[in-house]
Amino acid sequence: MTPAPIRDEPALVRGILIALAVLVIGLFILLPLVNVFAQAFSKGWEAYLAALVEPDALAAVRLTLLVTALSLTANTTMGLVMAWSLTKFEFRGKSLLITLIDLPFSVSPVVAGLVFVLLFGAQGYFGEWLIDNGWKIIFSWPGITLATIFVTFPFVARELIPLMQEQGTMEEEAAVTLGAGGWRVFSRVTLPNIKWALLYGVLLCNARAMGEFGAVSVVSGHVRGETNTIPLQVEILYNEYQFQASFAVASLLALLAIVTLLAKTLLEARLGRSGGRH
Amino acid sequence: MSFPFKPVAKAALFAAFVAALAAPIALAPAARAADVTLLNVSYDPTRELYAQFNKLFAARYKADTGKSVEIKTSHGGSGKQARSVIDGLDADVVTLALAYDIDAIADRGFLAQDWQKRLPDNASPYTSTIVFLVRKGNPKGIKDWDDLAKPGVQVITPNPKTSGGARWNYLAAWAYALKTYGSEEKAKEFVGELYRHVPVLDTGARGSTVTFTERGVGDVLLAWENEAFLSKKEFGDDRFDIVVPSLSILAEPPVAVVDKNVARKGTGEAAEAYLKLLYSKEGQKLAAENFYRPRDPDVAKDYEKVFPKVDLVTIDDPAFGGWRKAQQTHFADGGVFDQIYSN
Amino acid sequence: MSDITLDRTTFVGSPPPPVAQRARSVVPGFGLTLGLTLLWLSLVVLIPLAALFLKTAELSPDRIFAILTAPRTLNALKISFGLSLAAASINLVLGGIIVWVLVRYDFPGRRVLDALIDIPFALPTAVAGIALTTLYAENGWIGALLAPLGVKVAFTPLGILIALIFIGLPFVVRTVQPVLEDLDHDLEEAAATLGAGRWTTVRRVIAPAVLPAFLTGFALAFARAVGEYGSVIFIAGNLPNVSEIAPLLIVIRLEEFRYADATAIAATMLVASFLLLFVVNGLQRWSRSRTGRLA
Repeated sequence: MTPAPIRDEPALVRGILIALAVLVIGLFILLPLVNVFAQAFSKGWEAYLAALVEPDALAAVRLTLLVTALSLTANTTMGLVMAWSLTKFEFRGKSLLITLIDLPFSVSPVVAGLVFVLLFGAQGYFGEWLIDNGWKIIFSWPGITLATIFVTFPFVARELIPLMQEQGTMEEEAAVTLGAGGWRVFSRVTLPNIKWALLYGVLLCNARAMGEFGAVSVVSGHVRGETNTIPLQVEILYNEYQFQASFAVASLLALLAIVTLLAKTLLEARLGRSGGRH
Repeated sequence: MSFPFKPVAKAALFAAFVAALAAPIALAPAARAADVTLLNVSYDPTRELYAQFNKLFAARYKADTGKSVEIKTSHGGSGKQARSVIDGLDADVVTLALAYDIDAIADRGFLAQDWQKRLPDNASPYTSTIVFLVRKGNPKGIKDWDDLAKPGVQVITPNPKTSGGARWNYLAAWAYALKTYGSEEKAKEFVGELYRHVPVLDTGARGSTVTFTERGVGDVLLAWENEAFLSKKEFGDDRFDIVVPSLSILAEPPVAVVDKNVARKGTGEAAEAYLKLLYSKEGQKLAAENFYRPRDPDVAKDYEKVFPKVDLVTIDDPAFGGWRKAQQTHFADGGVFDQIYSN
Repeated sequence: MSDITLDRTTFVGSPPPPVAQRARSVVPGFGLTLGLTLLWLSLVVLIPLAALFLKTAELSPDRIFAILTAPRTLNALKISFGLSLAAASINLVLGGIIVWVLVRYDFPGRRVLDALIDIPFALPTAVAGIALTTLYAENGWIGALLAPLGVKVAFTPLGILIALIFIGLPFVVRTVQPVLEDLDHDLEEAAATLGAGRWTTVRRVIAPAVLPAFLTGFALAFARAVGEYGSVIFIAGNLPNVSEIAPLLIVIRLEEFRYADATAIAATMLVASFLLLFVVNGLQRWSRSRTGRLA
């Protein structure tokens, strides 16, 4: 027994608080997760695997991967650009821009889908023109991708901006003084400093992109094997009374969530260990 | 000086690029090469029917024309599906829950206003009606519409604003009340009372069925007859009973070719053939197998044991005056249904 | 951390530097990256959202007023904003306890608990909604325990609350956690040495320092909850005026082919939650300047 430090609560309070935390997390978070897997495996391994290799499920996985890859590429690249412009320079209206970047976060997913229907739907502002030119945006992968990009818009920039703000511009200025060009400064000075935060942002962006339901549901059209993403496929199976299959497909996303968390925990461990910056 | 991150960054960027480029290519094999591709945009409970019917049509079409055909399907609440088509979902044919939803599509110029006259039987190759699904042994003793408004009875039905089936449910209750109690005022009172017995108002028929069967909520589910039969089949005969009310409504789920879309895609002929096959003996038999009431008198005779005889009113009955009027009176903004939920 | 203090003095002490000052920055790429930022922001966020207001503007002001003051709309907005507020407040308390336990105590399973916090964030909303409904329905694992007590969760406003607590919890925990971790223990020690009781220390020393982070967490949880759709529709009863949330009403209006009505509600929600975030951001700045501490 070490002597209790003065800045601590009585053991009883500690115990109650820990019990409360465990209870809350168990009840609200762990149980739903366990429930997904319990239902997914309710008919055994074979039924579970069968649900996953079903052609429509595979098509949904493929579409989700495509949409996620595109959204991640776009949001990572532009997240870096936005963070650079908003943290390396001082200018008027900066805080407004930062707020605007956060805006998609407070927009209901349903509304996020709706705005693209208003723009690109057959009755929308560009609808006629798109149809005349034979372009399909809504009810096809470009529309789903757009909605996903919108919903995940702030994630990368949000992770980067506070960190880059904190880091300031001294290292970059030094590099420039030594004659380095813009790209060199970015890739050799800035990027190494922010790599873990960047990866973290990408992870969060990835999780949200793969799991988005509301926005995608509005612009998908629900064509089987063509415009259904994994979350939509879950809903469809559920509505077909194929509960076990539905939860099996859902468990893919739950697994993704767990993998994301593991990756995140590892990242944090590295971040923590790197400690004082060089 | 070394920059340990540089190769990593390069690799990551490269990987992202490759992923972005490769993904569309990875998608390509999914598009199987068929001579003709049709998209059937339908409502919730027809999934099982069209899954089988599409196979039948593909075989027939190949035999008749030598061309292979792939039929894609999209299912959801009838109103939502109509909205998707209006917003540009490339449907070749629509097979929805009620005529009003196809009217709405026609109003935006996607097909001729007289679409319902282009195919026999109001363009509805099969019909259904509204019945009650109750828990085994009917513990609340539900026999007819009156019993739904009795104290302690919980009724499950979806929201008529979003679900086509729910509109048929509502209208069937209305028709019964109008006939039994004589005046619109009384009918409104009865239907209002009925909806006060609804604890969960799902957005679609399938949602309501799941709420009733899987979640164990409510004493009676107002359901499409075909949904009620299917529920018994899916969840077990020993869990539910079907109760047929003294009066119900003839639900006519219509089908139509979406002129504007097939003209652009050049699929008109295949789309026509697709809908025509629904009216054939084989199509009718398949509909009956999936618990839709067939129109064909011969097929109907073969299945008469399956479908109980019910007194049915139609949407064109003077009490409703057709879908457009019924929609206006009951489901439009400020209509009777809104009034029920505004006091 | 010293950079931040610098940043704060520029921020609080003097007005933002004029545009011309950027010329003095030797870091390259201002024009290019700012241009790209504005372009990207406009394309993906601003123009689409402008469409929302443009569509709403097709209606006459009277009509917009009528739509927004219809009892059904008002009730839906009340339910969405009220329950989101309640959920965010509950998350403030629950999240506070969890953060404290995770940061200050060491016990077996702490790391697992810590990792689990992010599940609601990573788990797709539809999956969460279905799972929560399965759990809290009267025949579910938890619902069956509550049913004998006469407590109904699924298909009631309580169910919506549960779903909103679920999705909002990580936001409070994750915003407060780093701040509490960075908090200097010396201050607490000093307070204790000066004879302050534990509770006084928590109230006077710790609470002011973590308050801004709590406000941010609250705002994020709230903003997320107001717009939430996927996890709520499965567990809500969706009864008009009782358990019909505003996003569902938007969907219902859409499915009635009344686009402008839908956008009127959507635009209102957007403006309302934006204003709320704005107020909270202001509060946060105020509390920072008051406590003189930047977390």
